[in-house]
Amino acid sequence: MSEFASKKAKRVSDVPQSGIRRFFDLANSREDVISLGVGEPDFPTPWHVREACIYSLERGHTYYTSNYGLYELRELLSQSYRKRYKLDYSPEDEILITTGVSEAFDIAMRAIVDVGDEVLIPEPCYVSYAPCVRFAEGNPVYIPLSQVDFKLRYEDISSKTTEKTKALVLSYPNNPTGAIMRRGELEEIADAVVEHDLLVISDEVYSELTYTTKHTCFSELNGMKERTIILNGFSKSHSMTGLRIGYALAPYDVIEAMMTVHQYSMLCAPITAQMGAIEALKNGWESVESMKREYDRRRRLTLSRLRNMGLPCFEAEGAFYAFPSVKETGMSSKEFEERLFKDKGVVVVAGETFGPSGEGHIRCSYANSMEKLREAFDRMEEFLSRV
Amino acid sequence: MSTLDDATNVEINILEILENNGKATPDEISEVVGVPTEKVREIIGELERNGVIRKYKASIDWSKLDGYVYAIIEVKVALEREKGYDHIAERISRFPEVVSVRLISGDHDLSLTVRGKSMKDVAFFVADKIATLPQVVGTSTHFVLKTYKEDGVYMGEEPKDSRLKITF
Ligand SMILES: Cc1ncc(COP(=O)(O)O)c(C=O)c1O
Repeated sequence: MSEFASKKAKRVSDVPQSGIRRFFDLANSREDVISLGVGEPDFPTPWHVREACIYSLERGHTYYTSNYGLYELRELLSQSYRKRYKLDYSPEDEILITTGVSEAFDIAMRAIVDVGDEVLIPEPCYVSYAPCVRFAEGNPVYIPLSQVDFKLRYEDISSKTTEKTKALVLSYPNNPTGAIMRRGELEEIADAVVEHDLLVISDEVYSELTYTTKHTCFSELNGMKERTIILNGFSKSHSMTGLRIGYALAPYDVIEAMMTVHQYSMLCAPITAQMGAIEALKNGWESVESMKREYDRRRRLTLSRLRNMGLPCFEAEGAFYAFPSVKETGMSSKEFEERLFKDKGVVVVAGETFGPSGEGHIRCSYANSMEKLREAFDRMEEFLSRV
Repeated sequence: MSTLDDATNVEINILEILENNGKATPDEISEVVGVPTEKVREIIGELERNGVIRKYKASIDWSKLDGYVYAIIEVKVALEREKGYDHIAERISRFPEVVSVRLISGDHDLSLTVRGKSMKDVAFFVADKIATLPQVVGTSTHFVLKTYKEDGVYMGEEPKDSRLKITF
């Protein structure tokens, strides 16, 4: 054991090391693998966005920007939210440009969570939320979601709230389930939020990938804008994961608090990515729509193939994931994941990776070409016929 | 964002699929657009009848076979009374060696793509068949050395998927 072991901070040792690391290394070591385990788009960043980044480098835009982010970008975001959701966020002090939703979530936690505060996290969910709450010295409190549709309900919130509860994390369209929540369903959540006087952190990074209805931004709901931090970014909508660019929209005093952390820890989001984001907002909607149409075709293929091979799968309506149940195979999700990989070289992610209520399910990402998807499903079918 | 009605959306959806893969079957298409196979057949039939779908063809990189050479021929035309460009353009279009014919703005009038077995073959075709047409005042031949993109298809190697195999 190294010298460091005894000196490691508790907030880090408190976060359980995910067992997925071993599997991760294994998966990356094999060449013949088809991976449905990827949580990022397969489309390249639209060329005009990349071109704008290149041009900005040519012109020597390589300096720090305002801590808030480039004003033009905040202004475009403000316009875009007004146009699409009829929401008014001032570019002056209600919008903060961040290094992805990842940083935005981290600083949101550090800005609102005090030692011992509880944050409600419906699960299964994206893996970063609970660790970030812990890094902010708070306590993550999981809310198990119904495995029927993976939606959050009024009673779920009431039953988990204590006097220490400060905030609720919402994450729809959802990773890993692909579930979305419609306006009427969210209104119920808004009632509970008011009743228990909660803040809401709404991670809407998959908002553009909603296939069956129009996405509802949580701030649109009556009385919610004052208590909600909207997090979003360009990673999923514009295939810009590696550029690291996102944003937070919130009342000015929340943004100011987040800004205090951001200013001293990140300083500003990368300028090249901000330039790309400006181009994406100005001219990017056509590419978003065309990628969305292709995702939707893959979504239908995925759901249909999974169901036909005997894996029950609820209707995933957003993001790029399907979350079928593997219970009828008699295997645990972890076992399924490992055996499918070993026998057929297909990577899926065990549902329990995303929280205890994910057990019995696997996450299949359809951010892959039709050809690869078909091949992966053929292999899965063979695998199932033999177990 | 989409403002198109559902029927139009399904049509565009089907066209996008076929544009990418002319071999996609009605069954395959049905599975990904969520419309029954019979209905897909019906829509495609309609699109064919209306001339929206003009033909199904393969995108071929002939250079892999060393089979053909291509040249772009710019043609200057002396216009005929009353017939305009259409007459001469149609006449040129009839030659099987001519792959495309376009009326263009600028110095020249028509731009042709001509295919032949060799450079000599193409050069003689232009000299014998095109340059000698009474309305043709002059031609200028540009041989294609390498094609990078054709019909919206990039001909080079696509970069391989370099994403990590698992990300959350
Ligand atoms: C639900 C969710 N939130 C946030 C992120 C991270 O997004 P960003 O690239 O903007 O940091 C991801 C990425 O997988 C995600 O799935």
